[in-house]
Order: sequence, then structure tokens, then C-alpha cells
Amino acid sequence: MAKPDYILFDRNTKAIFWNLNPNAIQRMLDYDYLVQREPSIVAIVAPTSNRKFEKFFYGTKEILIPIYKSTVEAAEAHPDADVLVNFASFRTAYPVTMEALDIPTIRTIAITAEGIPERFAREMRIKAKELGKWIIGPATVGGIAAGAFRIGNAGGTLQNIVKSKLHRPGSVGLVTRSGGLFNELSNIIARNANGIVEGIAIGGDRFPGSDFLDHLLRYQKNPKIKFMVMLGEVGGELEYRVAKAIEEGLITKPVIAWCIGTIAKHFGGEVQFGHAGAKAGADRETADAKNEALRKAGALVPNSFNELPELIKQVYEDLKAKGEIEEVVEPEVPPIPEDFAKAVKAGKVRRPTHFICTISDDRGEEATYCGIPISEVVEKGYSIADVIGLLWFKRKFPKWASDFIDMVLKIVADHGPAVSGAHNARVTARAGKDLMSSLATAILTIGPRFGGAIDGAAKYFKMAKDKGMEPWEFVDYMKKVEKKNIPGIGHRIKSVKNPDKRVELLKNYAKKHFPSTEYLDYALEVEKVTTSKKENLILNVDGTIGVLLVDMFKALGYTDEQIDELIEAGAFNAFFVLGRSIGFIGHYLDEKRLGLPLYRHPWDDILYLVERPEEA
Amino acid sequence: MAQRAIREYDAKRILARNWKDYFGDEFEYDFKSVLITPETDLDKVPEEHPWVLETPLVAKPDMLFGKRGKLGLVLYKINKPGDVTWEDVKKWIKEKMGQEIEIKGVKGKLTHFIVEPFVPHEQDEEYYVAMSMGDEADKIYMSAFGGIDVEENWDKVVEVNIPPLATDEEAAKLIEENVPAEIKDKKTYAEFVKRLYKYFKDLHFSYLEINPIVIKGNKVYPLDMVARLDDTAQFVAGRKWGDITFPAGFGRELTPEEKYIKELDEKSGASLKLTILNPEGRVWLLIAGGGASVVYADTVADMGFVEELANYGEYSGNPSRTETREYVKTLFDLMTREKHKSGKPKILLIGGAIANFTDVAKTFDGIIDAMKEYADKLKEVGVKIYVRRGGPNYEVGLAKIKKAAEELGIPIEVYGPETHMTYIVQKALVEDEKEENK
Repeated sequence: MAKPDYILFDRNTKAIFWNLNPNAIQRMLDYDYLVQREPSIVAIVAPTSNRKFEKFFYGTKEILIPIYKSTVEAAEAHPDADVLVNFASFRTAYPVTMEALDIPTIRTIAITAEGIPERFAREMRIKAKELGKWIIGPATVGGIAAGAFRIGNAGGTLQNIVKSKLHRPGSVGLVTRSGGLFNELSNIIARNANGIVEGIAIGGDRFPGSDFLDHLLRYQKNPKIKFMVMLGEVGGELEYRVAKAIEEGLITKPVIAWCIGTIAKHFGGEVQFGHAGAKAGADRETADAKNEALRKAGALVPNSFNELPELIKQVYEDLKAKGEIEEVVEPEVPPIPEDFAKAVKAGKVRRPTHFICTISDDRGEEATYCGIPISEVVEKGYSIADVIGLLWFKRKFPKWASDFIDMVLKIVADHGPAVSGAHNARVTARAGKDLMSSLATAILTIGPRFGGAIDGAAKYFKMAKDKGMEPWEFVDYMKKVEKKNIPGIGHRIKSVKNPDKRVELLKNYAKKHFPSTEYLDYALEVEKVTTSKKENLILNVDGTIGVLLVDMFKALGYTDEQIDELIEAGAFNAFFVLGRSIGFIGHYLDEKRLGLPLYRHPWDDILYLVERPEEA
Repeated sequence: MAQRAIREYDAKRILARNWKDYFGDEFEYDFKSVLITPETDLDKVPEEHPWVLETPLVAKPDMLFGKRGKLGLVLYKINKPGDVTWEDVKKWIKEKMGQEIEIKGVKGKLTHFIVEPFVPHEQDEEYYVAMSMGDEADKIYMSAFGGIDVEENWDKVVEVNIPPLATDEEAAKLIEENVPAEIKDKKTYAEFVKRLYKYFKDLHFSYLEINPIVIKGNKVYPLDMVARLDDTAQFVAGRKWGDITFPAGFGRELTPEEKYIKELDEKSGASLKLTILNPEGRVWLLIAGGGASVVYADTVADMGFVEELANYGEYSGNPSRTETREYVKTLFDLMTREKHKSGKPKILLIGGAIANFTDVAKTFDGIIDAMKEYADKLKEVGVKIYVRRGGPNYEVGLAKIKKAAEELGIPIEVYGPETHMTYIVQKALVEDEKEENK
């Protein structure tokens, strides 16, 4: 069923939407649901998207809309779509429009982009006119055919659409330049008359694809439209074409017209008021001159914008009294399911959460570490240890604790290529694997036998001291009950006479800066017992770090239970994992630099003891 | 903004920059121009442009206003045309720099000059060519009677309309057919204009005028140029333009605040505009939307307060909270510098139409942030706020701003879309004013 030529949009209009703009598309579909028509968007064009479909809501139901790489493909698949809603950026909107004008099934193109070069805008307009097609825009929110079709975001929220009676036809044809005022005028018309039949915002550029007169002439032909409202603007000559058409009798329905920008006369053309097309180049282009010309031609022109509502009301009442306007039967408005996110924002719904986070927040203008914006962390000179304090323990560590952690990280950062983690990193790197794989294989070796002594030492020394065991009692206990070496005791070559320099540093630092070193002191008593048995059974670096961490958390006000929980959760081990990752990454990068081939362990380093099972 | 005027210096610089691409070897242009600004060290100019010492010179202001010859602002002779030396130019510029003059009722200071070689020629060699963008067609104006009297000789100018969809061949044909009869070497002139037209189109000029243009053999001398570019075409032609500035009109130098907002606007996807009309005014506008902002300004004037209108501006296109805050802070800073001379409180109109997609609550958060920062100053100066707005989340936005203002002790009235958009102007300037004068 062909529509009359004065109708651009009806309840069956189908559109292709250019650009995957989920918000605008959803708003159009919400409108469709509101007015109880089928979804108006049948295809989306998004050349850079790899997806074939996108999900949207139609009411509470989810629907799929196909995505195409080009307008031509979309139009071929959907020859029933005669509208292109062109939401491309100002860079792309012009080629997209020029291409679409050549597609025979597309008749109307709405362009939202602002900032399209004037030369391009004029070309689009002229080409469309030559082909007898319609362009709405650029630089516009678009428009609405009430109860039938909404372009993009026109009309604003659904709530506003219903309030402004944009969900069902009234009796007025509206045309404005500005999109914001389009909404405002729809509202004024709903309040003072019975709403619009159709409204178009032609856009603020110098060369709109279609202008006031083009639409008013359509409205003139549309029998549903009883009178028209036009909101013009200072600058340009478009409004004169309307005045002329009224004078020549091409427009006979009442036209209420007002050009905004009367202020400009007070500032001698020096100030740019409003839109790009809105600068009066000559006296003829001032708002006053145009209002006067329109008035002379027979349009109904108020004295100011403030008086516009009253005038609309008068004309409406007048036509109603004459019986030209019938009462509108208000359609039932289906409840529109609210967007979950919006309902939450408005405090209307609640839902239990599935995750809790207490350490950082990325929702605001800047992400925070435990409430402190990252910029502040940097500006105030927080160290890595301070950041660990915030993110691991939700504390701002005092300086003595931060400096200690910093020292720990440095000390554990690497221990040569021979240890299991570093070795794994190197072997994996030489197998041609990436950073993540190499680092992961290295970290995966950390456990009870490699790097686990910090945890172990902290655990056993703390247990022993808390239980009030005498040092000799503890040593005995470990041997007889636990049946294992004391974690953190013993070194391959270092001894009482040849002390480990790293341990000395840690001890001295703690003695000097820690409020208390009771666990270190206890461990040193234990060391006296063990070294009396064997020279090299000293408190080693892992043991020292383990007990000092206990001392540190104690001094920070943690309870015994809290410290036990930290150890249980692996928080002590975490210092080793973090520190040693620095070394692991180093070993990986070293291999990449060297570019050695795949590592293959030499046969002569493997004892082969392979025997055929007797059964075979 | 679209059409923006550029300096004569830039017009010539861009022409020279693209000369080979558009005029090839068919024509020659020996670009020798230097732009003198208040920052230029005049004594260093000859190092970079040795020709200033070797040739007689011409100097004139380069500040977007025309008729410089008639204003006596072109230095081309001391005793006879073509005897101006670099020393003369230096002396002349030093004298003129910073001087206040009046052009069409607008006062401003001279700050930019262009200096070029003097080109000896006869008056009948001064041709004219100009191009502009009309609604339906590009217009080319050609005449054999260029120079400062071109307007008096406008009847001798031939106007050619080139349809925007015309091919290069069609355009060329129209130009050739219409070269004025008085032009001596029609073929050369037509060839030049054809090429200039392609250049005009490709570089997105909205207006380009060379007057006078002197063509000797294949040597082209554009003695004076006026040009406007379509600044939205930056992404198409920016590389051909090179580093370009769009100066404000003569006498309309931006204030630091206007400049700050302009920079903010250029960085943002949203639109932020500010023009200060009268910093001592009583009525301040903080309006969302290009159309609505004009309506509010109109209405303030309609109510008889145009003298008190302090600013014009708008924010739109869903600016972020931070962008809004910065915009509003700039406004607050200006309006709280001094009390109004009448002793009455200043009036801030926070207005706007019913937004399509701008999140009202979010932009109002930005306004509230600024309000909190300036609360003391706003109270000190005395400011009453009137708000009217609709659109997404407007209820939340209106409730928040009302609460914030009340907590800060700033008088405020708040209206939603059920109230006519410009009612707050009437309420503030007529109804409440009457109340106060009782």
C-alpha cells in the first residue's frame, strides 16, 4: 500500500539505522512499543562491527536486529525499509548519505551529526532534491510522526513523550530548527492544543537538507493537520520562502510563526547567537525583519516567545469551535518496562548483588584505591608498599611499615636462574611461549618447597610463642610432633660466624624502627637452640621476614586471630610471589633478548632406568 | 561555527603551500609575505626573510577588516610609490602597533601586520576574482576592473553560477564562456580561475577574494586576499591548510574566560559557548541548548533588561559533570567579582528546554559542584537563582539543585516542564522585582 507523497512516516514505516548506537536504537524501539506498532528498525549498519545481530528490548521481550556491513547490503535484504536513520559521525555522515541517496528503496534520510562541512551539506541537499528524496538534518534530533514513527532521540524520554502527546496524533504540524525547542514546542502544543500530527526539527546548519517550507507544504496537503507552528531563527532567508508561499496561497492553513533571536539587534551582529546558521548577514536576516515579513504575509506572529502558548491556544480553540478539530480519543498507553539501570538510579528497585568489593572503585570520575583517587596516590608520593597497604590490607601503612615492605620486596625479588620458578620461566620462554605463560609456569612452582618458608615460619613461630612454648620445647615439638624441619631455620652456607647480610639488615631495621619485635626476639632465642646443635641452623631470610611480618601486623593493631587468618589466606606468601615475579619477568625478558632455541635437557643428565614390565 | 575568516597572511600562505598541486608549473607564485605580531622581534625579521632588505615593501594591518587603503593604513610610499624600505616599515609598525582605531563603530587595537614586496604595476592590470558559496550554487565573480574601486565598478563584474554537482569540465566551460570582455589575456585568466575554483572547492573555502590580482605572463601576484574557511572541514582539508588560527573579529578579542570556554569546547564532544556582553550586568544566563539560550536572551531583552544582560552562552550535547562544573565555575567567577551597582542581588537563570537526551541530573551535579565551591562568594555578592528545565532525570536534577542551594543558603526557585520555558524570566525580572520595589 503506497503512502501519499506528503507522508514520510507512518505506522508501517521501516528504517535502517546507521551506526550501532544502542541507546538511540532502544529509544526508537521503546517508542514503537509505546504506540503499539511493530519494531520500526529492521536493520543496523555498522561496517566495523564483527557481530551479526544485536539484542534489543521490545517491551519486556528481547529481539534480534541484524547488523550489516554496508547500507547497500542492508537495503537489499530489507527492501521494505524506506528510511535511513543516519547516526554516523560528522566524518562519515556525508559519504553514507550520498551512497544511500543512490539506493532506490531509500526515500528519507535523517542525519544527526553536527559539524558536517557546509559544502557537503549543500551537495546532499541538492542531490536529494534532484532525486525527489528527503533529507532531515544534518545537526538535528530529527522528528516524530506522532503515534507512528520516532527518529532517534526526538521527543526525549518516554515520560515526556506521553506528557507532550507525542504518542498519538493531534492536529498540529510543527517545524523548528532546534532540537531542544522541538521538544519544548511539542510540550507547549500539547498543553495549549491537542498535540502534533508530525514535527520536524530541520537542524541548525546553514544548508539543511529540507527546510521549513518543504515540510509546511507537506503539512498543507495532510488532511489530519489543521494548523501549523513554525519556529524560525535569526540568520538566513528560509523563512522568507514560507512568507512567500503564504502570500501566493500555496499555504492556506493557519501558520503560527515566530523567529527567535530578536536579541541580536541589540548587539550589532557582533555576537553569534545560537546555531551555526543563525548569524544575520544582512538586515533582512534579522529575526525582527523575518517576523515582520511573516506577519505581513498573513502568518500569525506573536509579540514574543512568551506569548506563543496563548496564540496557539486561541487558534486551537477557534478551530475547535468551528468544528474543524475533533476530540482526540486518548489511546491506552501500555506500561513501559523501565530500564533496570535507570530504575536502580531512581531508587525504585533493588536486587541482591553477587559480588562485594571493599578495596577499589572504578565507577566515579577516577578509579580509587581504597577510596583514594589514583591521582592523589601519585601526587602524594605513595610508594608501591603504600599501594600494597591500601589494596591488600585496606590501610595507610605508617612509614616504618611501608619501608619494611619495600625492603622485603627488594630482598625477595630474585635468587638466580637455578631455582625452580626462574628455571621454569626460562624453559617456557625458550619454548616460544609468551610472557603470561612463562610467568605463570614460574609462579606455579611456588609452594611448600619453594618460597613457602615465609608463611611456614610465621605460622609455627607464632603458634609456639602464642602457646607459651619455651624455645627448646618448640624445637622438640617440631621434631617429635610435626616431624619436620622448622621453616625459616637453616642455610646452605651461612652460619653464626658467617651471617647473612640480608638478615642483619632486616634485624637492625626492625630493632630500630619497629614499635616491638617480640616474635623476632623469640625466633632468635629458638636460633640459639638450633645453632647450638649445628652452626648453619640459623634464622634465615625467609624466617626473619616471616616473624617480622607478624611483629609488623601486631604493631599495626591486628589481633592474633586476624594475623592467623592472613597467614591462612596466603597474605604473607603474597609478598614473596609479588617480589619474585619481578625476577621471573626478568628471566623471561632475558631469554627473549638472547633468543636461544627450544631447551632440550641433555640425555647424559638423565638417569634412564626403563624396564619392560614382566607382564608385557 | 562553520564559516571563519582567516588572515590575509594565512590566505596567501595556504595558497603557496598548495600551489604546485593546483597551479602546477603553468603558473608561478613567489610567496613573500611576513606576518608581524606584537611578539615579533623586528630586528630578527631580515635573518629569516632577507628579501625585506632587497626590495621595496608594502605594509598593512592584517586583522580581518577591509578598505585599508581608504583608511590610510597601507604603507606603500614615502615620497613616491615603491620607495618604502625595511627601516621605514619598522618605524611605521612601531608607531601603529597597539594604536587604537575605530572600524564601523567598533574600537580595537592594531596588533597584526603583513609586510610584502611592492609589486610595480599599472592600474589597468588590476583584475578581480572572487568566489563564494550560495544556497543553490557556487558563485564566481570576475572583472577586469579590480582594485579599491571594485564596488564602484560592480556593474562590470561578471557573475557565474556553478551548480554544486557540476563536474570539473562543466565548471571549466562555464568559466571560459563568461570571462569578461575587457580582460586582455582571456585564456590565461580563465585557466587561472578554473584552477582557483578547484582549489576553492577542495580546501572548503566559503569565500575567497583576490583583489587586485595581477597576472604578468605566467607570474601571479595576489596583491590582496580575503578568505573564509569552513572550519568544520578541518578533518577533510586540515592538512592542506596547515597550522591555522581563526582570529576573532576586529575589536572582538576574546576575554580570558571566553578563551578558556572556547578551549574547553574544542576539546569536548559537547557544546560549551560563552560570550560576555556586560560583565557589570545583573542578569546572568546559564542555559542548556542552542535554541533555548537564544529564547532566554530574547526574553530578557523583551522584559527591558538588555542593558543588564551580562552574558550569552549555552551548554548542550550531554556535557560531562566535570565539563559542566568548569563551565559554571567560569561563570560564577565572573559574576561574583563585584556586587551589582544597584545593590540588588544578581539574578542567575538556569534554564533550558525539555532535553532530548542530555542527562539533566548529571549536568546539574556539575552545576551543584560549582555552586558549593562558590557558595560564599555567591552569598557575598547576593545572587538569586531561578531554575527551569525538563528532560531525562529532570525530577532528580531539580530536587538536587533545590536541596543544595537551600543547604548553602542561596535563594532559589525551581520549575519543571509544566511551567512555560521563559516564565522564570518574567518571574525574576517582572514579578519578583515588583514585589521588592513595594
